[in-house]
Amino acid sequence: MIELGDVSRRYDEGPPALDNVSLKIAPGEAVAILGPSGSGKSTLLNLIAGLDKPTNGTVSVDGVRVDQLGEAGSAKYRRAKIGMVFQFFNLLDDLTVADNVMLPAQLAGMSRSEAQRRAAELLNALGVQRHAKAYPGRLSGGERQRVAVARALMNRPALLLADEPTGALDTASGEDVQQLLKDLHADGQTIVLVTHDLALAQTCATRTIQLVDGRVANDTGMVVSGDVR
Amino acid sequence: MSALGKVVRSGVGRRRVQTVVIGLVVMMAVTSAVLGGSLMVASSAPFERAFAQQNGAHLTAQFDAGKATAAQLSATANASGIVASAGPFRTATVTPETDRSRKLPPITIAGRTAQGGSVDAVTLTDGRWVAAAGEIVLNNDGRMPPGMVPKLASRLTLPDLPGSPTLTVVGIARTVSETAGGWVIPEQIETLAAAGAPVGYQMLYRLAKPDTTADVDAARAAVQASVPAEAMTGTRSWLTTKLHSAGNTVLLVPFLLAFGALGVLMAVLIIGNVIAGAVSTGTHRIGILKALGFTPAQVVRAYTVQALIPAIVGAALGMVAGNILALAVLSDTNRVYGTSDSGVTPWVNVAVLAGALAVVALTAWAAAARAGRLRTVEVLAVGRTPGPGRGQWASRLSARLPLPRPMTLGLAYPFARVLRSATIVAAIAFGAAAATFSVGLGSSLNQVQATESHGDVVVLPGRPMSQSGPPPGGGPGPGGKPPEIDHAAVVKAIAAQAGTAGYHSSTETEVSVAGIADPLGVSAFTGNSAAGAYQMVAGRFITGAGEIVVSTPFLTATHTKVGDSVVLTVHNTQITVRIVGEAFNPEDMGMEIVTHAGTLAGTEAELRGTEYNVTLKPGTDVNSYVADLNTALSGVEAHAMPAEDDTAEFIVIVNALAALLTVLLVTVAALGVLNMVVLETRERVHDLGVHKALGMTPKQTISMVIASVVVTGLIGGAIGAPAGVLLQRLVIGEMGRVTGFTLPDAVVNIYEPGQLVLFGLGGLVIAVAGSLLPAGWAARTRTATALRTE
Repeated sequence: MIELGDVSRRYDEGPPALDNVSLKIAPGEAVAILGPSGSGKSTLLNLIAGLDKPTNGTVSVDGVRVDQLGEAGSAKYRRAKIGMVFQFFNLLDDLTVADNVMLPAQLAGMSRSEAQRRAAELLNALGVQRHAKAYPGRLSGGERQRVAVARALMNRPALLLADEPTGALDTASGEDVQQLLKDLHADGQTIVLVTHDLALAQTCATRTIQLVDGRVANDTGMVVSGDVR
Repeated sequence: MSALGKVVRSGVGRRRVQTVVIGLVVMMAVTSAVLGGSLMVASSAPFERAFAQQNGAHLTAQFDAGKATAAQLSATANASGIVASAGPFRTATVTPETDRSRKLPPITIAGRTAQGGSVDAVTLTDGRWVAAAGEIVLNNDGRMPPGMVPKLASRLTLPDLPGSPTLTVVGIARTVSETAGGWVIPEQIETLAAAGAPVGYQMLYRLAKPDTTADVDAARAAVQASVPAEAMTGTRSWLTTKLHSAGNTVLLVPFLLAFGALGVLMAVLIIGNVIAGAVSTGTHRIGILKALGFTPAQVVRAYTVQALIPAIVGAALGMVAGNILALAVLSDTNRVYGTSDSGVTPWVNVAVLAGALAVVALTAWAAAARAGRLRTVEVLAVGRTPGPGRGQWASRLSARLPLPRPMTLGLAYPFARVLRSATIVAAIAFGAAAATFSVGLGSSLNQVQATESHGDVVVLPGRPMSQSGPPPGGGPGPGGKPPEIDHAAVVKAIAAQAGTAGYHSSTETEVSVAGIADPLGVSAFTGNSAAGAYQMVAGRFITGAGEIVVSTPFLTATHTKVGDSVVLTVHNTQITVRIVGEAFNPEDMGMEIVTHAGTLAGTEAELRGTEYNVTLKPGTDVNSYVADLNTALSGVEAHAMPAEDDTAEFIVIVNALAALLTVLLVTVAALGVLNMVVLETRERVHDLGVHKALGMTPKQTISMVIASVVVTGLIGGAIGAPAGVLLQRLVIGEMGRVTGFTLPDAVVNIYEPGQLVLFGLGGLVIAVAGSLLPAGWAARTRTATALRTE
C-alpha cells in the first residue's frame, strides 16, 4: 500500500531530515514510527500525506505517486485516501464539532445532508454525539481527539495517519484514544502513527519502525494477520 | 542604531504591504488637499490683491440722467452702509471701430478727470490718463487676445454717431471692479450726448459690510431709496465681478475639496487599520520586545514611527504632485491676469503637510497605544487566530447556505473581527463613493456641455473645407467677408430633407445692458426648434420678438427676475424686452441673452442667421443625413456637417482630475482590502494548514479567501454608492452656487437606478481585486509549514 524508495528530505544546508529511507507498508498494518525529536518521524508522515515533497526518492500510496502530485492533486489525494489525526487536534475553533467532522466530506463535494448523516454516525460510534453542536473549546482533550478521529474517518480513508495522537492528553484520555485506534485497526483500518510513547506503539501497532537521524535504525517487519514478512 | 531604531526599521521592511498602503493613501490625500487648497487661494488671490490696491467698488450703480440729478446722486454717499463713494460720473454707451475698420463691441465709457480716488483707483498700465477732448483710455481686462487690443495713439471712430467722431487712445488701464470699458474727460460725454449717444450717470461705492450678497443688496436698497423712483437703472456687485474674474478655476475647488476630504478620511481609516493590524499580528513580537525591556511608550513610539516613515514619503510625493497639477490648472488664471502665479502657495503646503502627518501620527498612536497597554505575560502567551466565540453565529448561519463549503467558510470570516471589517467596509465605501461621485460629476459636466450643443447637424455658409477650389461667393478669404447664406434656399433644403425634426438659425451680436459695464452676447434665433436647445429652470422659452431668456448670473447681476423688463442698447437704440424664462446657459459665464432675431430687427438690418442647427428625428443616421443634405445644398453656398462634440477644456481637466483621483482612491481602497486579507491570512495560516491537510485544493482556498471579502464588499458598495450620489449632488450644487447658476434637473439628477446597482457592485469589485493577491499567496502556502505555525 505504501512504498517509499530511497527517500531523502533535506532542508537548506543542514543534515537531511530523512536519508535514503526505503520501506513498504501493507494494507491492514498498524505501524508505529518511533524515534527521538529530530529523527524525521513527522517528515516521514508529511511525505506519506503529500504535505511535503522528498528531495530524492519516490513515495507511492495505493499506486499513487504522491511525490509527483501538484498542490491540487495532493489535496484530492488526501481527501480520497488519507485521514489525519494531530497531536494538538487541529480542530477549527470557530466551527461546531459536527461542522468540523463534516468538513473533509464537504470539501470533497458531499452534500450537507449526506455529510450530516455520516458525521452523526461517526460521532455516535466514537461516543461524542452529544457534543455535535458544541464548539471544540468546550470539550476535554480526549473528546477533542475523538472528534479529530471522527473527522479523519469522514471520507472512509484507506490510510489513517496519526501524529503523536496521545501527546497532548492526560493518561486516561490517552488510554481512551489508544483503545480507539486499536479498535479501528481491528476493524481493518491501515494506520501509521508517529509517537514517542512506547506503550501506545506496543498496544496499537503490529509493527514498529525506529528512526534515528533520518535513517531506519530498526524495523520489526511487516506483520499482517500475525505473519512476519 | 538604537534598539528602537532597529525595531522600527525591521518593522517597515517586513511589512511592505502596509508600508506601501500608508504611503499611497497619504500621497493621495495630500495631492488632493494641496491641489484644492492652492486653487482655492489662487482663484481669489489675484483679484483680491488688485481689488484692495485699487480701493475697488463694492457696488457700481447706473442711473438714468433724466430721472436723477448729479446733486441727488452725490447725496447717495450718505446712504446707510456706504463708507466711500466716487461720482457721479457721466457715462455713454458707444460702439467704436478701430482705424483698421474693425468693429469693437459696444462699451460703456465714463467721464473721469483722474484715474485715482478713494474708490476704483484705476491702474494705468500704458500711456497716460485723458487730459483733453478727443482722448480715451481703454480698459484692458485681459480677456481680449493681445493682438485685438487697440494700440496707443490708434484712433477709434464712433460711426453710429452723427459726423462719426473719433477718439485717440492715449492710455491703457485696468479696473478690477470693471466699472467701465473706457474713460474720457467729462466734457467728452456731454459732446457725445449732444450727438445722440445714450448717456447716464455712474456712482461707485465702497461698503461697510461687503462680504455677502445680502450685505451688497442691503446697500443697494439704501442707495435706491435715496434717489427718485426708477432713477437707478442697474447695479453690479463686486461679488459678481470676483466670481467672473476667477473663471473656471473656482469650479474646481468644491470637487477637489471633496476628494481631499475623502482622501483624509480614508487615510485615517486605512492607517488606523494598518497599524491595528500590525499590532495584532505583531502581538507576540511586542511581547518579546517588552520582555526584553521595552517600555510601553517605546512600543507605541516604534509603531507610530513605522507609520510616519512611509507617510512622510507619501506626503512629500503628494505635495509635489499637487503643486504640479495646480500649476497646470492655473495656467488659465495666469492668462487672464497676465500673472505668472506658480500655484505654489507655501502656507497651503505647510498646512496640508502638517495636517496629514498629524493625522497619521494621531491615528497610529491611538492604534499602537493598545500594544503599549498589553501585559507582557499575556502577549507572550496569546495566539493569533481570533478567539473562539467571535463570529460563531455567522459560521453556523453561513454553513447552511447552499454554496460550496470553502465559500461558506470564507463568508463567515469578516464576523470574527467586526471592527476591522467595519473599517474595511468604510474604505470600500469610500472607494465606491469616489467612483460613483466621479462618474456622476463627469455625467453632470457632460450635461452642461450638452447644453452648448444645439442640434445634430450644422449648416454653414460656403463649401466644405474638403472641397478643392476657391470657396463660392468669394469668401471667406484674407480680408474678405464670410459668404452670405441664401436663407430661403437653405431652409427649403433642410425642411425637405427626410429625417429633419426641426431647425433653427442663430446669429451672435452684442448689446449693452444698464449697470453692466461689458457688452453682453446675444444669441438671436429664427426657426422652429431653438426651444429644445436649452434646459429651462423657470418660466418658458421665447415665442417671439420682444422676449428674452437669460441665466441666473444675468438675473443676479441685473437684480431682475423672470417677468421683469430690461432695456437693451443696440447701436444707440434702446429696446425694452421682457424676461420670459430662466435657462441654464453657461455661455459667457451665464450672461448671454437669448432672444428671437425679430427683437433686434429694427436695430441691425443685416442680422441674419450665420448658421443653421438641425435636430434629427430619432434613428436618423447623421452621416447619411449630412451626405444627402449636402447633395440638396449643392447649388447653394452652404454645406452641412455633423455638430462637433467640442468638449470644453475645463471639462476635460475636471474629468481627468476626477478620474485620476478616483483611480487613486479606488486603488487605496483595494490596497486596504489587500492589507486586511494579508492580515487575515497570516492570522489564520494555521487554520489554512488544517484545511489543506483535510483536502482543500488551491482553487478552493482561493474561493474561500475571495468569499471572505464578499460581505464587506457588498456592504461597502451598498453604503458607498448612495454616499457618492449625495456627494455628487453636494458638489454640483456647490459648483452651481459659486458660479451663480441654478442648475436644471438634467444636470443634477443624472443617475439611473441600474447605474446605482452597478456602482454598488463596484464595492464588490474593489474587494475582490484587493483579495486576489493574498488569495494566491494563501493557495501557495505550504501545508506542512502552515501546520507548524502557532
